[in-house]
Amino acid sequence: MGRTADIPLAGVPRPRTRGRIGRLEPAAIRGVLVREITNFGSYWRSTTFSSTIDPTIYLLAFGFGFGSLVSKVGGYDYVDFVGTGVVATAVLFASVFPAMFGTFVKYSFQHTYDAILAAPVDTEELVTGEALWMAIRAGTYGCMPLLVAMAFGLEPRIDMVVIPAIAFISGFGWAAFGIMIAGLLKSIDNFNYVTSTVITPTFLVAGTFFPLSGLPQWAQIAGNFNPLHHTVELVRHASFGWEGWADVAHLGAILLFGVVMWRLAIKALERKLIT
Amino acid sequence: MPDLAIRLRAVVKHFREIVAVDGLDLDVPEGTCVGLLGPNGAGKSTTMKMLTAQVIASSGEIEVLGYELPAQSKVARAEMGVVPQLDNLDTTLTVEQNLRVFAHLYRLERSERAPAVERALKIAKLEDRRTAKVDELSGGMRRRLLIARGLVHQPKLLLLDEPTVGLDPQVRQELWALIDALRSEGTSILMSTHYIEEAERLADTVTIMSHGKAVATGKPSELVLEHAGREVLEVYGPPARLAQAEQEAVAAGTRTRRTGTSVALMGVEGRNGDLPEGVRRTANLEDVFVLLTGEEVA
Repeated sequence: MGRTADIPLAGVPRPRTRGRIGRLEPAAIRGVLVREITNFGSYWRSTTFSSTIDPTIYLLAFGFGFGSLVSKVGGYDYVDFVGTGVVATAVLFASVFPAMFGTFVKYSFQHTYDAILAAPVDTEELVTGEALWMAIRAGTYGCMPLLVAMAFGLEPRIDMVVIPAIAFISGFGWAAFGIMIAGLLKSIDNFNYVTSTVITPTFLVAGTFFPLSGLPQWAQIAGNFNPLHHTVELVRHASFGWEGWADVAHLGAILLFGVVMWRLAIKALERKLIT
Repeated sequence: MPDLAIRLRAVVKHFREIVAVDGLDLDVPEGTCVGLLGPNGAGKSTTMKMLTAQVIASSGEIEVLGYELPAQSKVARAEMGVVPQLDNLDTTLTVEQNLRVFAHLYRLERSERAPAVERALKIAKLEDRRTAKVDELSGGMRRRLLIARGLVHQPKLLLLDEPTVGLDPQVRQELWALIDALRSEGTSILMSTHYIEEAERLADTVTIMSHGKAVATGKPSELVLEHAGREVLEVYGPPARLAQAEQEAVAAGTRTRRTGTSVALMGVEGRNGDLPEGVRRTANLEDVFVLLTGEEVA
C-alpha cells in the first residue's frame, strides 16, 4: 500500500465533544436506524412480499373457508372481522420474529453489536433504535391486511388512519419482547419454546379469528393479559366504531406493554453485551 | 496525565472464578504504537474490550484519552477507532454504504460525511470498488475496509485487535505500511497481536502479557537484549541430544528455550569453546516471548 503522504489519515484535531453526551441521545439512535434502513435496501423485496402474501392467505383461508360456515361474527361480516383482526397478526409477525432472530444473528454470528457498541452508542440506544425500526416496519406492514380486506369489500373509514399508529405501538412492544428473548436465551434452537408457548397462543387467542367471548371465562380473563388482543380490539374499533373508555384502556394496555418490554429488553441485552 | 492516550493501573477482571486480567498496568503514550503481545488466553482480548467498556473491570483504574472508564466511556469511544479481530462488516452492503453507516454512528456532521467516506475509501484503496458488495471482496480488501471503517471519523486513538490474523504475507505487509503511516502521522495505536514480527516491526514499545499480567514492557530491541542477549545458538538433533544440550546449558546457567525443532541457548555472544555445535543467529523477540510466557500454552 505504501506510504500515503497525500492522504490525511487521521490525527486531525477535532473538537473534544460534540454537544452533550448523555443517555438516549437522538444522534446515537439515528445512527442505529441509518444502519438498519441502509440494510433494508438489500432485503425489502422479500420482506414486503411475505408481509403482503401472508395476510392475504390468512384472509382467504379463514375469510372464505371458515366464512362459508359462519357469515357473521360479533355483528360483523366474517371477512371484515378477520381482515381487521389479521392486522394484529401481521404486526406480531413483522416485529417479534425479526427481533428474536435478527438480534440473535447480529449478536452471535455477525458480531454487529460489537461494532456498534465500539462507537459512541450505548446498549440502551441500540435497543431503542432497533425496536423503533421494527415498530416502523410493523406499523407499515400491519396495514397490508387492511388493504387486502378492502379489496375484498371492507369499507374504508376515516378513523382507520390511526391504525398505523396502533400497529407501531404494538409492534414496538413485540419487537422489544423479541429482543429480550434473544438476550435471555443461549441458543437459537431454544426460540422454539418461546414460539410454541408464547407466540402461537398469543396470536390464536387474541380475537383475530374468533371472538374471545365464546371462550370459557378463564380464557377470556387471560385474553385481557394478551397485548395482541388489545391491538385487535383497537384496530376493529377504529374500523367499525369506537367504544369510548374501553378503547382508552386498550391503548393504555399496549402502551404499558411497550414501555415494560423496552426496559426489560435493555436489561437483557446489557447482560449479554456488557460483561 | 494528559500525555497518555491509554492508562491502566492495577486492572483486574474476573469472569466468575476465572481471572482473565490480573493487576495489569499499561501505558500508551500519545502518538506511539504499543504492541500487546501474549499467547492465547493471556488476557489481550479482555483488555481490548475493557477499553471500549464492553467488558467492565472488576477493579483498577482505566483512562482513555483522559476520560475515566467506564463512566465516560462514550465520550472516549467517540474519539477512538476500533478495528475488531472478527470481521463484522455488513456483508450485503456496498463498501461505500458500510463507511457511510459508520460516519453516522460516529456522528459526523452532514457536510463532513461525504468527504470522510472518500478519505476512508482512499485509505482502504477501494475507490474503484466502492459499489461492490462486501461479499464480493477478497480477504485483504475486507480487512482494509475494516480498518478504514475504524478511521472514518479521524480518531486520535486506534485499537487494533490482531489486525493481520489469517492473511497472506503480501496483504500483511500492505497493512503494516498503512499502520506505520498512521503512527507517523500522530495517531496513538494499541495493537494486540500474537505475531511477533508484527510487534517487532510496528510497535514503539511492547508489553508482553501472560496469565493476565504484564510480564515485560519496553522497546522490542531492549527487551531482546535484556532477556535473550545478542546471539542465540540453536542446537539441532534427535530428542535425546536436545534434552542433553538443554540440561548442560541450564547447569551452566544459560537460559534456553525449545523452538520445536531445536534447543535455543540464549546470550551466547562472546562464548565459544564451551558450547555444543549449532547454528548461531541474532536473538529476537520470539525468544523473549517464549522465555517469558512459557513453552507450553495452557
